[in-house]
Amino acid sequence: MNIYVLLKKTFDTEEKIAVTNGRIEDDGAEFIINPYDEYAVEEAIKQRDEHGGEVTVVTVGDEDSEKQLRTALAMGADKAVLINTEDDLEDGDQFSTSKILEAYLDEKDVDLILAGNVAIDEASGQVGPRVAERLGIPFVTTITSLEIDGDTVNIDKDVEGDIEKVETSLPLLVTCQQGLNDPRYPSLPGIMKAKKKPLEELEIDDLDVDEDELEPKTKTTDIYLPPEKEAGKVLEGEIEDQVKELVSLLKTDSKVI
Amino acid sequence: MSEKLLVIGESRDGSLRNVTFEAIAAAKKISADGEVLGIVCGDSDLENQAQEMIYYGADRVITVKHDNLKTYTPEGYGQAVMAVISDESPTGIVMGHTSIGKDLTPKIASKLEAGLISDATDIDMEDGKAVFTRPIYSGKAFEKKIITSGITFATIRPNNIPALERDETRSGDISTKDIDISDIRMVIKEVIRKASEGVDLSEAKVIIAGGRGVKSADGFKPLEELADVLGGAVGASRGACDADYCDYSLQIGQTGKVVTPDLYIAVGISGAIQHLAGMSNSKVIVAINKDPEANIFNVADYGIVGDLFDVVPMLTEEIKNMK
Repeated sequence: MNIYVLLKKTFDTEEKIAVTNGRIEDDGAEFIINPYDEYAVEEAIKQRDEHGGEVTVVTVGDEDSEKQLRTALAMGADKAVLINTEDDLEDGDQFSTSKILEAYLDEKDVDLILAGNVAIDEASGQVGPRVAERLGIPFVTTITSLEIDGDTVNIDKDVEGDIEKVETSLPLLVTCQQGLNDPRYPSLPGIMKAKKKPLEELEIDDLDVDEDELEPKTKTTDIYLPPEKEAGKVLEGEIEDQVKELVSLLKTDSKVI
Repeated sequence: MSEKLLVIGESRDGSLRNVTFEAIAAAKKISADGEVLGIVCGDSDLENQAQEMIYYGADRVITVKHDNLKTYTPEGYGQAVMAVISDESPTGIVMGHTSIGKDLTPKIASKLEAGLISDATDIDMEDGKAVFTRPIYSGKAFEKKIITSGITFATIRPNNIPALERDETRSGDISTKDIDISDIRMVIKEVIRKASEGVDLSEAKVIIAGGRGVKSADGFKPLEELADVLGGAVGASRGACDADYCDYSLQIGQTGKVVTPDLYIAVGISGAIQHLAGMSNSKVIVAINKDPEANIFNVADYGIVGDLFDVVPMLTEEIKNMK
Protein backbone atom coordinates (compact mmCIF):
# COMPACT_ATOMS: atom_id res chain seq x y z
CA MET A 1 0.00 0.00 0.00
CA ASN A 2 1.32 3.43 -0.94
CA ILE A 3 0.71 5.72 2.00
CA TYR A 4 1.45 9.44 1.98
CA VAL A 5 1.41 11.78 4.95
CA LEU A 6 1.03 15.54 4.52
CA LEU A 7 3.10 17.14 7.22
CA LYS A 8 3.68 20.70 8.34
CA LYS A 9 6.10 22.14 10.84
CA THR A 10 4.52 24.45 13.39
CA PHE A 11 5.56 26.49 16.38
CA ASP A 12 5.97 24.45 19.54
CA THR A 13 2.76 24.73 21.58
CA GLU A 14 4.82 26.17 24.48
CA GLU A 15 5.92 29.16 22.40
CA LYS A 16 4.67 32.61 23.25
CA ILE A 17 3.81 34.60 20.17
CA ALA A 18 5.43 37.93 19.41
CA VAL A 19 4.58 40.16 16.46
CA THR A 20 6.95 42.58 14.74
CA ASN A 21 5.78 44.78 11.89
CA GLY A 22 2.67 42.74 11.28
CA ARG A 23 4.56 39.44 11.16
CA ILE A 24 4.96 36.61 13.62
CA GLU A 25 8.44 36.70 15.11
CA ASP A 26 10.02 33.28 14.51
CA ASP A 27 13.67 33.91 15.36
CA GLY A 28 14.74 31.41 17.95
CA ALA A 29 11.34 29.74 18.12
CA GLU A 30 11.14 25.99 18.62
CA PHE A 31 9.38 24.10 15.87
CA ILE A 32 7.66 20.73 16.03
CA ILE A 33 5.62 18.46 13.78
CA ASN A 34 2.09 19.88 13.85
CA PRO A 35 0.52 17.81 16.68
CA TYR A 36 -2.38 16.61 14.50
CA ASP A 37 0.09 15.52 11.80
CA GLU A 38 1.79 13.34 14.41
CA TYR A 39 -1.41 11.29 14.60
CA ALA A 40 -1.24 11.00 10.80
CA VAL A 41 2.38 9.77 10.86
CA GLU A 42 1.60 7.27 13.62
CA GLU A 43 -1.47 5.94 11.83
CA ALA A 44 0.42 5.64 8.54
CA ILE A 45 3.12 3.55 10.23
CA LYS A 46 0.52 1.32 11.93
CA GLN A 47 -1.38 0.76 8.68
CA ARG A 48 1.83 -0.05 6.82
CA ASP A 49 2.89 -2.50 9.52
CA GLU A 50 -0.48 -4.21 9.21
CA HIS A 51 -0.97 -4.17 5.45
CA GLY A 52 2.54 -3.76 4.04
CA GLY A 53 3.73 -1.04 1.70
CA GLU A 54 5.54 2.19 2.21
CA VAL A 55 5.03 5.48 4.06
CA THR A 56 6.19 8.71 2.43
CA VAL A 57 6.03 11.95 4.39
CA VAL A 58 5.64 15.12 2.32
CA THR A 59 6.09 18.74 3.32
CA VAL A 60 5.69 21.96 1.39
CA GLY A 61 7.92 24.49 3.09
CA ASP A 62 11.45 25.68 3.63
CA GLU A 63 14.69 23.80 4.24
CA ASP A 64 14.22 24.03 8.01
CA SER A 65 11.34 21.55 7.63
CA GLU A 66 13.96 18.85 7.13
CA LYS A 67 14.18 18.46 10.90
CA GLN A 68 10.49 17.53 11.24
CA LEU A 69 10.75 15.18 8.26
CA ARG A 70 13.72 13.43 9.90
CA THR A 71 11.67 13.06 13.08
CA ALA A 72 8.90 11.38 11.06
CA LEU A 73 11.51 9.08 9.51
CA ALA A 74 12.82 8.30 12.99
CA MET A 75 9.27 7.42 14.07
CA GLY A 76 9.22 4.86 11.26
CA ALA A 77 8.24 6.47 7.97
CA ASP A 78 10.18 5.08 4.99
CA LYS A 79 10.79 8.13 2.83
CA ALA A 80 10.47 11.88 3.06
CA VAL A 81 9.97 14.56 0.45
CA LEU A 82 10.56 18.25 1.00
CA ILE A 83 9.03 20.47 -1.64
CA ASN A 84 11.08 23.57 -0.98
CA THR A 85 9.23 26.69 -2.12
CA GLU A 86 11.56 29.19 -0.43
CA ASP A 87 13.13 30.46 -3.65
CA ASP A 88 10.06 30.33 -5.85
CA LEU A 89 7.08 31.46 -3.83
CA GLU A 90 7.07 34.69 -1.95
CA ASP A 91 3.71 34.01 -0.40
CA GLY A 92 1.52 31.02 -0.49
CA ASP A 93 -1.87 30.10 0.84
CA GLN A 94 -3.95 26.94 1.11
CA PHE A 95 -4.81 27.23 -2.57
CA SER A 96 -1.16 27.26 -3.67
CA THR A 97 -0.06 24.60 -1.18
CA SER A 98 -2.75 22.21 -2.34
CA LYS A 99 -1.92 22.86 -6.02
CA ILE A 100 1.71 21.96 -5.30
CA LEU A 101 0.70 18.80 -3.45
CA GLU A 102 -1.67 17.93 -6.29
CA ALA A 103 1.16 18.27 -8.81
CA TYR A 104 3.36 16.03 -6.68
CA LEU A 105 0.76 13.37 -5.83
CA ASP A 106 -0.94 13.28 -9.21
CA GLU A 107 1.95 11.29 -10.67
CA LYS A 108 1.98 8.80 -7.83
CA ASP A 109 0.06 5.61 -7.33
CA VAL A 110 -1.70 6.65 -4.15
CA ASP A 111 -3.75 4.35 -1.91
CA LEU A 112 -4.06 6.39 1.25
CA ILE A 113 -3.20 9.95 2.19
CA LEU A 114 -3.24 11.08 5.82
CA ALA A 115 -3.07 14.63 7.09
CA GLY A 116 -3.71 16.44 10.35
CA ASN A 117 -7.24 17.75 10.73
CA VAL A 118 -5.90 21.24 11.27
CA ALA A 119 -2.52 22.90 11.78
CA ILE A 120 -2.21 24.67 15.11
CA ASP A 121 -0.70 27.82 13.57
CA GLU A 122 -2.92 29.07 10.75
CA ALA A 123 -5.68 26.58 11.51
CA SER A 124 -7.31 26.67 8.10
CA GLY A 125 -7.95 22.93 7.93
CA GLN A 126 -8.25 23.28 4.18
CA VAL A 127 -5.29 21.56 2.60
CA GLY A 128 -6.40 17.94 3.12
CA PRO A 129 -9.90 18.27 1.60
CA ARG A 130 -8.56 20.53 -1.15
CA VAL A 131 -5.95 17.96 -2.19
CA ALA A 132 -8.51 15.13 -2.17
CA GLU A 133 -10.81 17.18 -4.39
CA ARG A 134 -7.99 17.96 -6.82
CA LEU A 135 -7.02 14.28 -6.99
CA GLY A 136 -10.64 13.20 -7.40
CA ILE A 137 -10.61 10.86 -4.40
CA PRO A 138 -13.03 10.77 -1.45
CA PHE A 139 -12.02 12.22 1.89
CA VAL A 140 -13.12 11.90 5.51
CA THR A 141 -12.07 14.55 8.02
CA THR A 142 -11.49 14.34 11.81
CA ILE A 143 -11.20 10.57 12.01
CA THR A 144 -10.70 8.75 15.32
CA SER A 145 -10.50 5.19 13.98
CA LEU A 146 -9.40 3.63 10.69
CA GLU A 147 -9.83 0.01 9.61
CA ILE A 148 -8.82 -1.13 6.16
CA ASP A 149 -10.01 -4.45 4.77
CA GLY A 150 -9.03 -4.87 1.13
CA ASP A 151 -10.43 -1.82 -0.63
CA THR A 152 -13.09 -1.25 2.01
CA VAL A 153 -12.38 1.27 4.73
CA ASN A 154 -14.34 1.67 7.97
CA ILE A 155 -13.88 4.92 9.79
CA ASP A 156 -15.05 6.59 12.98
CA LYS A 157 -15.42 10.28 12.32
CA ASP A 158 -15.69 12.83 15.14
CA VAL A 159 -18.55 15.22 14.44
CA GLU A 160 -18.48 17.80 17.20
CA GLY A 161 -18.26 15.03 19.78
CA ASP A 162 -20.64 12.55 18.12
CA ILE A 163 -19.23 9.57 16.25
CA GLU A 164 -20.21 8.87 12.66
CA LYS A 165 -19.47 5.36 11.39
CA VAL A 166 -18.44 5.83 7.77
CA GLU A 167 -17.78 3.16 5.17
CA THR A 168 -15.80 4.16 2.11
CA SER A 169 -13.07 2.82 -0.15
CA LEU A 170 -9.48 3.30 -1.25
CA PRO A 171 -7.92 5.44 -2.62
CA LEU A 172 -8.81 7.86 0.12
CA LEU A 173 -7.65 10.91 2.05
CA VAL A 174 -8.33 11.23 5.77
CA THR A 175 -7.54 13.96 8.29
CA CYS A 176 -6.64 12.84 11.78
CA GLN A 177 -8.19 13.89 15.06
CA GLN A 178 -7.09 13.46 18.63
CA GLY A 179 -8.01 10.03 19.99
CA LEU A 180 -6.99 8.20 16.79
CA ASN A 181 -3.80 6.84 18.35
CA ASP A 182 -0.90 7.67 20.66
CA PRO A 183 1.99 8.88 18.53
CA ARG A 184 5.24 7.10 19.38
CA TYR A 185 8.45 8.88 20.28
CA PRO A 186 11.35 8.26 17.94
CA SER A 187 13.62 5.57 19.43
CA LEU A 188 17.40 5.90 19.42
CA PRO A 189 17.80 3.15 16.80
CA GLY A 190 14.99 4.90 14.88
CA ILE A 191 16.94 8.14 14.94
CA MET A 192 20.10 6.38 13.73
CA LYS A 193 18.20 4.66 10.93
CA ALA A 194 16.46 7.89 9.93
CA LYS A 195 19.79 9.43 8.97
CA LYS A 196 20.17 6.86 6.21
CA LYS A 197 16.61 7.01 4.93
CA PRO A 198 15.97 8.90 1.69
CA LEU A 199 14.95 12.55 1.97
CA GLU A 200 14.24 13.93 -1.46
CA GLU A 201 14.25 17.66 -2.01
CA LEU A 202 12.20 19.10 -4.85
CA GLU A 203 11.47 22.58 -6.11
CA ILE A 204 8.48 23.90 -8.04
CA ASP A 205 10.46 23.46 -11.27
CA ASP A 206 10.63 19.73 -10.63
CA LEU A 207 6.85 19.48 -10.64
CA ASP A 208 4.39 19.66 -13.48
CA VAL A 209 2.87 22.96 -12.40
CA ASP A 210 3.33 26.49 -13.64
CA GLU A 211 4.43 29.07 -11.07
CA ASP A 212 1.79 31.45 -12.44
CA GLU A 213 -0.89 28.96 -11.42
CA LEU A 214 0.26 29.12 -7.81
CA GLU A 215 -0.58 32.77 -7.22
CA PRO A 216 -2.36 32.78 -3.83
CA LYS A 217 -6.02 33.78 -3.68
CA THR A 218 -5.85 35.30 -0.22
CA LYS A 219 -3.52 37.68 1.52
CA THR A 220 -2.80 38.51 5.15
CA THR A 221 -2.77 42.27 5.56
CA ASP A 222 -2.05 42.46 9.28
CA ILE A 223 -1.17 40.31 12.27
CA TYR A 224 -1.58 41.55 15.83
CA LEU A 225 -1.80 40.31 19.37
CA PRO A 226 -5.07 40.33 21.30
CA PRO A 227 -5.32 43.09 23.89
CA GLU A 228 -3.73 42.05 27.15
CA LYS A 229 -6.17 41.05 29.81
CA GLU A 230 -6.19 43.23 32.86
CA ALA A 231 -5.47 41.38 36.07
CA GLY A 232 -8.70 40.03 37.43
CA LYS A 233 -10.20 40.14 40.86
CA VAL A 234 -9.59 37.29 43.24
CA LEU A 235 -12.48 37.31 45.68
CA GLU A 236 -11.97 37.17 49.42
CA GLY A 237 -13.79 36.19 52.58
CA GLU A 238 -15.83 33.11 53.47
CA ILE A 239 -16.38 30.82 50.48
CA GLU A 240 -20.14 31.23 50.77
CA ASP A 241 -19.82 35.02 50.56
CA GLN A 242 -17.41 34.75 47.64
CA VAL A 243 -19.93 32.64 45.74
CA LYS A 244 -22.69 35.16 46.42
CA GLU A 245 -20.44 38.02 45.32
CA LEU A 246 -19.42 36.15 42.16
CA VAL A 247 -23.01 35.51 41.11
CA SER A 248 -23.88 39.13 41.70
CA LEU A 249 -20.85 40.33 39.68
CA LEU A 250 -21.69 38.01 36.80
CA LYS A 251 -25.28 39.17 36.83
CA THR A 252 -24.97 42.92 37.32
CA ASP A 253 -21.43 43.91 36.26
CA SER A 254 -20.64 41.65 33.36
CA LYS A 255 -24.25 40.67 32.60
CA VAL A 256 -23.39 37.18 31.42
CA ILE A 257 -25.95 35.25 33.45
CA MET B 1 -21.25 44.58 -10.32
CA SER B 2 -23.79 43.92 -7.71
CA GLU B 3 -22.90 41.30 -5.16
CA LYS B 4 -24.72 38.02 -4.78
CA LEU B 5 -23.80 36.07 -1.67
CA LEU B 6 -24.71 32.43 -1.22
CA VAL B 7 -25.27 31.21 2.32
CA ILE B 8 -25.09 27.45 2.80
CA GLY B 9 -27.63 26.54 5.47
CA GLU B 10 -26.89 23.86 8.01
CA SER B 11 -29.51 22.03 9.99
CA ARG B 12 -29.46 19.67 12.88
CA ASP B 13 -32.43 17.49 13.81
CA GLY B 14 -34.61 19.23 11.25
CA SER B 15 -34.02 22.85 12.16
CA LEU B 16 -31.35 25.32 11.14
CA ARG B 17 -28.43 25.93 13.43
CA ASN B 18 -28.04 29.41 14.78
CA VAL B 19 -24.73 29.83 12.94
CA THR B 20 -26.67 29.79 9.66
CA PHE B 21 -28.43 32.97 10.75
CA GLU B 22 -25.09 34.47 11.74
CA ALA B 23 -23.79 33.55 8.28
CA ILE B 24 -26.74 35.40 6.73
CA ALA B 25 -25.85 38.50 8.77
CA ALA B 26 -22.24 38.18 7.59
CA ALA B 27 -23.35 37.79 3.97
CA LYS B 28 -25.61 40.83 4.21
CA LYS B 29 -22.66 42.88 5.44
CA ILE B 30 -20.54 41.79 2.47
CA SER B 31 -23.28 42.01 -0.16
CA ALA B 32 -24.19 45.61 0.75
CA ASP B 33 -27.26 46.26 -1.42
CA GLY B 34 -26.86 43.05 -3.33
CA GLU B 35 -28.68 39.78 -2.88
CA VAL B 36 -28.34 37.16 -0.19
CA LEU B 37 -29.32 33.77 -1.48
CA GLY B 38 -29.70 30.73 0.76
CA ILE B 39 -29.48 27.04 0.06
CA VAL B 40 -30.80 24.23 2.25
CA CYS B 41 -30.29 20.56 1.53
CA GLY B 42 -31.99 17.48 2.94
CA ASP B 43 -34.29 14.58 2.26
CA SER B 44 -37.50 15.87 3.84
CA ASP B 45 -39.59 19.01 3.78
CA LEU B 46 -37.26 21.99 3.66
CA GLU B 47 -39.86 24.75 3.29
CA ASN B 48 -39.77 25.69 6.99
CA GLN B 49 -36.02 26.01 7.06
CA ALA B 50 -36.05 28.09 3.88
CA GLN B 51 -38.68 30.36 5.45
CA GLU B 52 -36.56 30.77 8.57
CA MET B 53 -33.59 31.86 6.45
CA ILE B 54 -35.81 34.55 4.95
CA TYR B 55 -37.02 35.70 8.39
CA TYR B 56 -33.36 36.10 9.34
CA GLY B 57 -32.50 38.20 6.31
CA ALA B 58 -32.06 36.02 3.20
CA ASP B 59 -33.67 37.48 0.06
CA ARG B 60 -34.24 34.17 -1.70
CA VAL B 61 -33.73 30.50 -0.84
CA ILE B 62 -33.22 27.44 -2.98
CA THR B 63 -34.05 24.04 -1.53
CA VAL B 64 -32.49 20.83 -2.81
CA LYS B 65 -34.33 17.70 -1.69
CA HIS B 66 -32.98 14.25 -2.41
CA ASP B 67 -32.86 10.90 -0.61
CA ASN B 68 -29.08 10.99 -0.85
CA LEU B 69 -29.02 14.23 1.17
CA LYS B 70 -30.50 12.64 4.30
CA THR B 71 -27.15 12.79 6.03
CA TYR B 72 -24.30 15.09 5.14
CA THR B 73 -21.56 13.71 2.92
CA PRO B 74 -19.05 15.99 1.20
CA GLU B 75 -19.92 14.49 -2.15
CA GLY B 76 -23.70 14.69 -1.77
CA TYR B 77 -23.80 18.23 -0.43
CA GLY B 78 -20.96 19.17 -2.76
CA GLN B 79 -23.04 18.21 -5.80
CA ALA B 80 -26.09 20.13 -4.54
CA VAL B 81 -24.16 23.29 -3.74
CA MET B 82 -22.09 23.16 -6.95
CA ALA B 83 -25.29 22.87 -9.01
CA VAL B 84 -26.66 26.02 -7.39
CA ILE B 85 -23.32 27.82 -7.80
CA SER B 86 -23.17 27.03 -11.50
CA ASP B 87 -26.75 28.30 -12.02
CA GLU B 88 -26.41 31.41 -9.91
CA SER B 89 -22.74 32.41 -10.18
CA PRO B 90 -22.57 34.02 -6.73
CA THR B 91 -19.83 36.58 -6.06
CA GLY B 92 -19.35 35.15 -2.58
CA ILE B 93 -20.16 32.18 -0.34
CA VAL B 94 -20.55 32.13 3.45
CA MET B 95 -21.07 29.21 5.80
CA GLY B 96 -20.61 28.44 9.49
CA HIS B 97 -17.23 27.15 10.62
CA THR B 98 -18.75 23.95 11.96
CA SER B 99 -17.88 20.32 11.46
CA ILE B 100 -19.79 20.36 8.15
CA GLY B 101 -18.56 23.80 7.13
CA LYS B 102 -14.93 22.80 7.67
CA ASP B 103 -15.50 19.67 5.60
CA LEU B 104 -17.53 21.03 2.71
CA THR B 105 -16.14 24.49 2.00
CA PRO B 106 -12.52 23.55 1.18
CA LYS B 107 -13.88 20.97 -1.26
CA ILE B 108 -15.97 23.58 -3.04
CA ALA B 109 -13.18 26.16 -2.92
CA SER B 110 -10.82 23.63 -4.45
CA LYS B 111 -13.27 22.79 -7.23
CA LEU B 112 -13.77 26.48 -7.98
CA GLU B 113 -10.01 27.16 -7.64
CA ALA B 114 -11.04 29.83 -5.14
CA GLY B 115 -9.53 31.19 -1.97
CA LEU B 116 -11.26 30.51 1.33
CA ILE B 117 -10.90 32.39 4.58
CA SER B 118 -11.92 30.00 7.32
CA ASP B 119 -12.95 30.63 10.90
CA ALA B 120 -13.57 34.37 10.61
CA THR B 121 -14.63 36.09 13.81
CA ASP B 122 -15.30 39.52 12.32
CA ILE B 123 -15.76 41.29 9.00
CA ASP B 124 -14.99 44.91 8.19
CA MET B 125 -15.86 46.49 4.89
CA GLU B 126 -13.07 48.70 3.56
CA ASP B 127 -13.59 50.38 0.18
CA GLY B 128 -16.26 47.84 -0.64
CA LYS B 129 -13.93 44.97 0.09
CA ALA B 130 -14.38 42.48 2.92
CA VAL B 131 -11.55 42.31 5.44
CA PHE B 132 -11.82 39.25 7.65
CA THR B 133 -10.42 38.89 11.15
CA ARG B 134 -9.46 35.42 12.26
CA PRO B 135 -7.58 33.96 15.20
CA ILE B 136 -4.26 32.24 14.50
CA TYR B 137 -2.04 30.22 16.82
CA SER B 138 -5.26 29.24 18.62
CA GLY B 139 -6.08 32.79 19.57
CA LYS B 140 -2.58 33.76 20.69
CA ALA B 141 -2.69 36.22 17.77
CA PHE B 142 -5.12 37.53 15.16
CA GLU B 143 -4.77 38.18 11.45
CA LYS B 144 -6.65 40.34 8.96
CA LYS B 145 -7.12 38.65 5.66
CA ILE B 146 -8.54 39.55 2.27
CA ILE B 147 -9.39 37.64 -0.87
CA THR B 148 -7.14 38.87 -3.66
CA SER B 149 -8.87 37.25 -6.61
CA GLY B 150 -11.99 35.26 -7.36
CA ILE B 151 -15.06 34.96 -5.20
CA THR B 152 -15.28 36.05 -1.58
CA PHE B 153 -15.49 32.79 0.33
CA ALA B 154 -15.49 32.48 4.10
CA THR B 155 -16.60 30.34 7.00
CA ILE B 156 -17.53 32.17 10.19
CA ARG B 157 -16.97 31.02 13.73
CA PRO B 158 -20.22 30.43 15.63
CA ASN B 159 -21.08 32.97 18.32
CA ASN B 160 -19.06 35.91 17.02
CA ILE B 161 -21.07 37.70 14.32
CA PRO B 162 -24.53 38.44 15.69
CA ALA B 163 -27.54 37.25 13.68
CA LEU B 164 -30.17 39.79 12.68
CA GLU B 165 -33.47 39.94 14.55
CA ARG B 166 -35.92 37.33 13.33
CA ASP B 167 -38.58 39.21 11.41
CA GLU B 168 -41.69 37.37 10.26
CA THR B 169 -42.75 40.24 8.05
CA ARG B 170 -39.82 39.63 5.74
CA SER B 171 -40.69 37.81 2.56
CA GLY B 172 -38.69 36.23 -0.21
CA ASP B 173 -38.88 33.70 -2.97
CA ILE B 174 -38.42 30.02 -2.14
CA SER B 175 -37.77 27.67 -5.02
CA THR B 176 -36.87 24.03 -5.39
CA LYS B 177 -34.08 22.68 -7.48
CA ASP B 178 -34.24 19.12 -8.72
CA ILE B 179 -30.92 17.50 -9.29
CA ASP B 180 -29.73 13.96 -9.25
CA ILE B 181 -27.32 13.34 -6.41
CA SER B 182 -25.34 10.23 -7.26
CA ASP B 183 -21.94 8.54 -7.13
CA ILE B 184 -21.44 9.08 -3.44
CA ARG B 185 -18.40 7.07 -2.48
CA MET B 186 -19.17 6.78 1.20
CA VAL B 187 -22.00 5.57 3.43
CA ILE B 188 -22.80 6.88 6.89
CA LYS B 189 -23.76 3.63 8.57
CA GLU B 190 -24.54 4.92 12.01
CA VAL B 191 -24.31 8.02 14.15
CA ILE B 192 -23.49 7.49 17.80
CA ARG B 193 -24.67 10.46 19.80
CA LYS B 194 -22.26 11.28 22.54
CA ALA B 195 -22.20 15.03 22.75
CA SER B 196 -25.44 16.37 21.37
CA GLU B 197 -27.56 15.70 24.43
CA GLY B 198 -26.14 18.85 25.89
CA VAL B 199 -25.25 22.19 24.39
CA ASP B 200 -22.63 22.13 21.64
CA LEU B 201 -19.30 23.53 22.86
CA SER B 202 -18.62 25.60 19.78
CA GLU B 203 -21.96 27.40 20.02
CA ALA B 204 -22.27 27.54 23.82
CA LYS B 205 -22.62 30.95 25.46
CA VAL B 206 -21.51 29.48 28.77
CA ILE B 207 -18.82 26.84 29.24
CA ILE B 208 -17.89 25.10 32.48
CA ALA B 209 -14.51 23.42 31.95
CA GLY B 210 -12.84 20.94 34.26
CA GLY B 211 -9.18 20.09 34.62
CA ARG B 212 -7.11 17.57 36.52
CA GLY B 213 -8.52 19.06 39.71
CA VAL B 214 -11.84 17.28 39.15
CA LYS B 215 -9.93 14.06 39.97
CA SER B 216 -12.23 11.55 38.24
CA ALA B 217 -14.99 11.08 35.67
CA ASP B 218 -17.46 11.42 38.56
CA GLY B 219 -15.82 14.70 39.46
CA PHE B 220 -17.41 16.18 36.33
CA LYS B 221 -20.92 15.70 37.77
CA PRO B 222 -21.00 18.96 39.78
CA LEU B 223 -19.77 20.76 36.64
CA GLU B 224 -22.58 19.23 34.60
CA GLU B 225 -25.13 20.36 37.17
CA LEU B 226 -23.78 23.91 37.03
CA ALA B 227 -23.83 23.79 33.22
CA ASP B 228 -27.47 22.66 33.38
CA VAL B 229 -28.64 25.62 35.44
CA LEU B 230 -26.74 28.04 33.20
CA GLY B 231 -27.81 26.39 29.92
CA GLY B 232 -24.15 25.88 29.14
CA ALA B 233 -21.82 23.16 27.92
CA VAL B 234 -19.11 21.21 29.71
CA GLY B 235 -15.54 21.31 28.42
CA ALA B 236 -12.20 20.07 29.68
CA SER B 237 -8.49 20.70 29.68
CA ARG B 238 -6.10 18.29 28.04
CA GLY B 239 -5.00 17.10 31.47
CA ALA B 240 -8.52 15.89 32.26
CA CYS B 241 -8.81 14.16 28.86
CA ASP B 242 -5.38 12.53 29.11
CA ALA B 243 -6.32 11.23 32.56
CA ASP B 244 -9.44 9.64 31.00
CA TYR B 245 -11.88 11.69 33.08
CA CYS B 246 -13.71 12.61 29.88
CA ASP B 247 -13.74 12.29 26.11
CA TYR B 248 -11.26 14.15 23.88
CA SER B 249 -14.20 15.75 22.10
CA LEU B 250 -14.53 18.03 25.14
CA GLN B 251 -10.95 19.24 25.02
CA ILE B 252 -10.39 22.98 24.83
CA GLY B 253 -6.97 24.32 23.94
CA GLN B 254 -4.34 24.64 21.29
CA THR B 255 -4.95 21.03 20.36
CA GLY B 256 -8.67 20.70 20.81
CA LYS B 257 -11.39 23.27 20.44
CA VAL B 258 -10.92 27.01 20.50
CA VAL B 259 -13.92 28.66 22.12
CA THR B 260 -15.17 32.19 22.73
CA PRO B 261 -18.23 31.98 24.98
CA ASP B 262 -19.66 34.89 26.97
CA LEU B 263 -18.77 33.12 30.21
CA TYR B 264 -16.01 30.58 30.78
CA ILE B 265 -15.73 28.97 34.19
CA ALA B 266 -12.42 27.14 34.60
CA VAL B 267 -12.69 24.60 37.40
CA GLY B 268 -9.59 22.86 38.75
CA ILE B 269 -7.60 23.99 35.71
CA SER B 270 -4.08 25.21 36.34
CA GLY B 271 -3.88 27.23 33.12
CA ALA B 272 -1.16 25.81 30.89
CA ILE B 273 -0.33 28.07 27.94
CA GLN B 274 -1.88 25.50 25.56
CA HIS B 275 -5.18 25.66 27.42
CA LEU B 276 -5.17 29.45 27.66
CA ALA B 277 -4.72 29.58 23.88
CA GLY B 278 -8.08 27.87 23.45
CA MET B 279 -10.16 29.99 25.82
CA SER B 280 -8.47 33.27 26.74
CA ASN B 281 -10.60 35.25 24.29
CA SER B 282 -13.78 34.35 26.16
CA LYS B 283 -15.65 37.47 27.24
CA VAL B 284 -15.69 36.77 30.98
CA ILE B 285 -13.47 34.19 32.65
CA VAL B 286 -13.98 32.79 36.14
CA ALA B 287 -11.35 30.58 37.77
CA ILE B 288 -12.01 28.22 40.66
CA ASN B 289 -8.86 26.57 41.97
CA LYS B 290 -7.32 25.46 45.24
CA ASP B 291 -3.90 26.77 44.27
CA PRO B 292 -3.74 30.57 44.58
CA GLU B 293 -0.59 30.54 42.39
CA ALA B 294 -2.34 28.80 39.48
CA ASN B 295 -1.67 30.52 36.16
CA ILE B 296 -5.38 30.54 35.33
CA PHE B 297 -5.85 33.44 37.80
CA ASN B 298 -3.71 35.61 35.48
CA VAL B 299 -6.35 35.54 32.76
CA ALA B 300 -9.45 35.27 34.95
CA ASP B 301 -11.73 38.24 35.50
CA TYR B 302 -12.90 36.74 38.77
CA GLY B 303 -11.23 34.10 40.85
CA ILE B 304 -12.20 31.99 43.84
CA VAL B 305 -9.45 30.19 45.70
CA GLY B 306 -11.07 27.10 47.16
CA ASP B 307 -11.99 23.45 46.81
CA LEU B 308 -14.08 23.03 43.67
CA PHE B 309 -16.17 20.32 45.35
CA ASP B 310 -17.35 22.94 47.85
CA VAL B 311 -17.51 25.92 45.54
CA VAL B 312 -19.21 24.50 42.44
CA PRO B 313 -22.30 23.04 44.18
CA MET B 314 -22.69 26.30 46.13
CA LEU B 315 -22.51 28.23 42.91
CA THR B 316 -25.14 25.99 41.34
CA GLU B 317 -27.46 26.53 44.31
CA GLU B 318 -26.92 30.28 44.33
CA ILE B 319 -27.76 30.57 40.62
CA LYS B 320 -30.83 28.34 41.06
CA ASN B 321 -32.03 30.60 43.88
CA MET B 322 -31.46 33.69 41.82
CA LYS B 323 -33.63 32.43 38.96
